[in-house]
Amino acid sequence: MSTTARKAGFGATLWDYLTTVDHKKIGILYLIGGFFFFLLGGLEAMLIRIQLIAPDNEFISAQFYNEVLTMHGTTMIFLAAMPLIFALMNAVLPLQIGARDVAFPFVNALGFWLFFFGGVMLNVSWFVTGAPDAGWTAYAPLSIFSEGHGVDFYAIGLQIAGFGTLMGGINFIVTVVNMRAPGMTYMRMPLFTWTAFIASVLILFAFPALTVGLFLLTFDRLFGANFFDPSMGGNVIIWEHLFWIFGHPEVYILILPAFGVFSEVISTFAKKRLFGYSSMVFATVLIAFLGFMVWAHHMFTVGLGPIANSIFAVATMAIAVPTGIKIFNWLFTLWGGSIRLTSPMVFALGFIPTFTIGGMTGVMLASAAADFQYHDSYFVVAHFHYVIVGGTVLGIFAGIIYWWPKMFGTMLNEKLNHWFFWLFFIGFHLTFFVQHFLGLMGMPRRYWKFQGEQGLDLFNLISTIGALFMAVGTIIFIYNVIVTQTKGQKVSGDPWDGRTLEWAIPSPPPFYNFKQEPLVRGLDPLWVEKMEGDGKIKPAEPLGDIHMPNRSFVPFVMSLGLFIAGFGVMYQGGYWILAVIGFAITAGSMLYRSFKDDLGYHVHKEDLEDEEGDGSNG
Amino acid sequence: MADDMLKSTNLPQNPERATLEGRNKFMGFWFFLGGETVLFASLFGTFLALRNSTAEGPAANEVFGLELVFIMTMVLLTSSLTSVYAMYHMKNNDPKKMQLWLGITVALGFVFLGFEIYEFYHYVNHYEFGYSTSAFSSAFYTLVGFHGAHVAFGLVWIIGLMIRNAKRGVNLYNAPKFYIASLYWHFIDVVWVFIFTVVYLMGKVG
Amino acid sequence: MTDNTNSTNEKQQFYRKKHKEEMKHHVLTFAMMIAFTLIAFGLVLAEVSPMFTIPIIIVLAAVQVLFQLYYFMHMNQEGHEMPALMIYSGIFAAVLTVLALTTIVWW
Repeated sequence: MSTTARKAGFGATLWDYLTTVDHKKIGILYLIGGFFFFLLGGLEAMLIRIQLIAPDNEFISAQFYNEVLTMHGTTMIFLAAMPLIFALMNAVLPLQIGARDVAFPFVNALGFWLFFFGGVMLNVSWFVTGAPDAGWTAYAPLSIFSEGHGVDFYAIGLQIAGFGTLMGGINFIVTVVNMRAPGMTYMRMPLFTWTAFIASVLILFAFPALTVGLFLLTFDRLFGANFFDPSMGGNVIIWEHLFWIFGHPEVYILILPAFGVFSEVISTFAKKRLFGYSSMVFATVLIAFLGFMVWAHHMFTVGLGPIANSIFAVATMAIAVPTGIKIFNWLFTLWGGSIRLTSPMVFALGFIPTFTIGGMTGVMLASAAADFQYHDSYFVVAHFHYVIVGGTVLGIFAGIIYWWPKMFGTMLNEKLNHWFFWLFFIGFHLTFFVQHFLGLMGMPRRYWKFQGEQGLDLFNLISTIGALFMAVGTIIFIYNVIVTQTKGQKVSGDPWDGRTLEWAIPSPPPFYNFKQEPLVRGLDPLWVEKMEGDGKIKPAEPLGDIHMPNRSFVPFVMSLGLFIAGFGVMYQGGYWILAVIGFAITAGSMLYRSFKDDLGYHVHKEDLEDEEGDGSNG
Repeated sequence: MADDMLKSTNLPQNPERATLEGRNKFMGFWFFLGGETVLFASLFGTFLALRNSTAEGPAANEVFGLELVFIMTMVLLTSSLTSVYAMYHMKNNDPKKMQLWLGITVALGFVFLGFEIYEFYHYVNHYEFGYSTSAFSSAFYTLVGFHGAHVAFGLVWIIGLMIRNAKRGVNLYNAPKFYIASLYWHFIDVVWVFIFTVVYLMGKVG
Repeated sequence: MTDNTNSTNEKQQFYRKKHKEEMKHHVLTFAMMIAFTLIAFGLVLAEVSPMFTIPIIIVLAAVQVLFQLYYFMHMNQEGHEMPALMIYSGIFAAVLTVLALTTIVWW
């Protein structure tokens, strides 16, 4: 079906992607969407850094600075990091467990389109009312009294995107639970699959708190509720709790899949089995478990009392233990391995010290008494950029480069990748290392200006120069992508000499992934076959018909409906008609979906044999 | 294969979990309910934090009447049992009786929803207890309203299933759909058990 | 699944019998739930001391919910390990949330 559309025109390709339910194509959609927002967030970061290049700068206005700063955080977390992680999960997870697709291909597409329209909604605010300006945490009462509709766009846009994320999370949990190939026991799953699985579980339990928080915010702002209005008995602390009950697991949602990527990359390029596999799994689960009991460390200065602060401080420090286990396991995997310094590996090696610094400042921040000094200063900014950029972003890029051949069948230029890494890495440390000191010197975060002659000038200048390095690095990466894809030089299915199941099939894989369900005979199944067998994965079933899901345009329409309805709910009055239309579109497409039997179709085994060798293997 | 899915004879013991699609739906929906637990917990937490924040508006024990709540509780509990009956007949491959019991479930659901709407109307008009009256009133209407919205959604869902499958029997394709709809209905009941306990009874006790 | 046509009918009969037994449990469960509800409402109407009433009615609610989960939603059957794991994880997160919002907010 989709294989015949190889040389299709632009319109056909667009339609193909608008209606696809194939996890590999949805992965590519997430990659494009996430990377677009990553560039947008990066642009906002550059505006912030240019504003702060010198004391008393007037590059942008105070209001615009607030908007840029809010949107930088919101965009990077929700619209860049999350979707890029989903891109990797979509592209790789089903392949790693030997599945032909995710559990709910339709829901998978729906999740993407909800994210997409949520992200577009947030950014429409720039053009109609001014972007949200209450910080990415949107603390009440600031967010309640913020004028215009900026914060409404924040609440409703994130609500829509959040539904998509929740669906994606459930989808991956079920995929891992139900769709593993024969022999792929839980304790044989590659670590990326494990971390993606645990991150999905975190999504399942963390996002509902955000959903409720955003609903309360929306009701307060638009429908006269009093949750966060103290004069009517409301309580602003409720928002902080709900936001961080979601927000802290969220940072583990971001970092765990990155840990998984590094585990794959390090073991592949050290040519060794991952050291302490089971302790890695255990540490992942433990981090997730503890991650739910630490959120109030964002609220040490709120005044929750010494007992609450102590409990959360101890729980927070406890997380350093499983994280330390992981760091040591990576080091021991490297130990005595035959290391190849490919670009993903260089990212991994850069990650270890960077993340360790971020973890160290994390333990510093976890001591509640000391946190009163660090709170809301640039020290905090430095800390979370060390963990999120040094962990998640490096992980995402390592993953993108590592699995690029699997996703597109081409190989990014290694030399340019190294340039990208070094510029980005050096730039990153220039930007954020000095910010630790800015914070300790007392520079508060989120401020539009700083005064001269207070010893802050030089470090701010250095920080901005570092940001420029990162921008140049990113441009090199984009250049690399464009050059590689225009050349279109195909590579084999296993260009890195990989260990896991995804490298056993052609690049890019045929739309049904595995012609026959693979039989998994151990951890790192492909490596097992390379060492003990003939290097080919044994099939677990005879060649037979393959059941595939039908493509569908409904997810797009369903999400579009909510997008339209969002504006109606926001502007009210005569615009209520938009809400009616939007919800009608969504409800109608849901009814259409449930009334029309969708049994999928079968690829016959005769057709399968015809395509032998078509997957550009070799 | 596709024909097998729509065949109504010779069903296995648990038709809702006999196919991979069915097992996926079954698992996915249970996990979704796990997430819903946190969603309602957030709403309950908010309500509990604000239950005494009446800001000169009416307090819980001034507004709530237990008679109506008791009837609503009985109605919803009974509808939970009737949906169990529906699933019993589904597993016995008796679509007519299944539809009948689902119909009773839906009717009870409408009765419940009607009472709830009347209740809200009554509070607003007789006690001047509106959505914006106080933080307590906002929290009350949001929590109970979320539950009510869930009930309404469940009604549309089950009615949709009944209409779609009115002219055909139970098969491996629609059995999981009926089954998860009934899980959803039970979950609504679970939430209500906590609502009548935490909101109404505790509100009355003070 | 090695059934042949002869034993199919027998199998269906067996399933029906099993389902019927289950149904008996369900009705019993329902009776218990009604009883619990009556006790809870009764306690409140009798205006027993709140210190006594509140814990009791919360426990009654929790037990009712377990009945719903294990009988009406069939969590007592096999194949419900993952659902149980996820529901209990959800309950864990839920308890933390409610606990935090009832204890460590300002009043």
